[in-house]
Amino acid sequence: MAIPYEFGYEKPGSLDHAIRLLGEHGKNARLLAGGTDLANQMKQGYRVPQLLIDIKGIHELKEIRMAGKELHIGALATFFDLRSSSLIMEKANILYEAAGLVASTGVRNRATMVGNICSAVACMDSATPLLVHDACVHTRSVNGEKSYPIGDWFIENRKTAIQDDEIVTHISIPLPEKKYAGAYQKMMRYSGEDLSQANVSVLVLSEKHFRVAFGSVGPIPKRSPEVEELLNSEGLSEKTIEKAKVIIETVIAPITDVRATKEYRMHMTKVMFERALTTALDRYRKPRIIAH
Amino acid sequence: MKKISFLLNGEARSIYVEPNETLLELLRDRMGTKSPKCGCDSGDCGACTVMLNGCTVRSCLVFAIEADRQEITTLEGISKNGLSPLQKIFLEHNVFQCGYCAPGMILSATELVTKNPHPTVHQIQEAIAGNLCRCTGYTPVIEAILEFTKQEQ
Repeated sequence: MAIPYEFGYEKPGSLDHAIRLLGEHGKNARLLAGGTDLANQMKQGYRVPQLLIDIKGIHELKEIRMAGKELHIGALATFFDLRSSSLIMEKANILYEAAGLVASTGVRNRATMVGNICSAVACMDSATPLLVHDACVHTRSVNGEKSYPIGDWFIENRKTAIQDDEIVTHISIPLPEKKYAGAYQKMMRYSGEDLSQANVSVLVLSEKHFRVAFGSVGPIPKRSPEVEELLNSEGLSEKTIEKAKVIIETVIAPITDVRATKEYRMHMTKVMFERALTTALDRYRKPRIIAH
Repeated sequence: MKKISFLLNGEARSIYVEPNETLLELLRDRMGTKSPKCGCDSGDCGACTVMLNGCTVRSCLVFAIEADRQEITTLEGISKNGLSPLQKIFLEHNVFQCGYCAPGMILSATELVTKNPHPTVHQIQEAIAGNLCRCTGYTPVIEAILEFTKQEQ
């Protein structure tokens, strides 16, 4: 099906040019990277931009690299790029794991991680790994550079803090100085291509320092300070895990939809929390083992 | 209208496109390339799979204008000089019935064995997870790909 209305198309060759275009057209323009969300949204009439600004000509946005002690992931890095990157595999294992579970090969070849968090659909895979890593979203506009802690990025389902004239250039992930390990758990109706019914990320920074984030069980993905505080003060034991599961009931708010009921999501989030926790701890204790 | 030029199955082609045309429509309706099919039209089923610079993509989610100065390969390109060795094994295994998913399935399998000549069953399953088949099922596809990779050894 053709997109049922007309619009313009520009493919700037530099970031400065893209920013100028975005400054001129503001909310009437939409940035195009992989397009796997945007093309669908335009077919459905959910978004009707008058101008598409294709940013795939801005090659520096494709980089995945170390910048000092931070890992930088460019706005054009696809999930395939993430899966092909030894840096991501070694330094941000949770993201590596999550990237491999996004849709299918044909979508991962095209879809970008930044696009994923800009579409900000509640069931996205990239959010909880970035949340436990305390990542930062960096933007540019005609007015200069800005950065948003990932915890402030998601406002509601499909809405982020980004302004109409801003373009996300990259995500930065501060890497812990000492050893760390993480795990990602995603529940799907079947293995293979599906959106998540619920997902959990856990990052272990020491035997008494955990970070936990829940996705697809509320309008926005989020960390749980309550669960983290319990784990960090009492350390890991069967008793703490059971206590944490009681807390989880109060911190997430799953809904019933076509993919799962709220009861099932609630139950499975607790199960996946425990699995993610024990897997991450195993990896922390035996750091050479990398998933897949 | 904008004129775009790209390589389609190895041949240089130029054509005028509107920004709101998808690559799938351009290929099927205006360039006579009928192997990519419209199934779900939202990127889930894989029937519209084509290769963009050697990587499989959903042509229903690619704007035709994005193909400018890129390289597009469809099933017609894969079998330009007769059936590919992988296609021959698919045929021997009676992999398809209706054939609607076939072009996408073959392209996904071709991408897999090109990038990873000795995939595990799990990797094969992962590679074709985005190509939905509603009649034959996946077992013969997986068996055919496995046999192909054994023969290649």
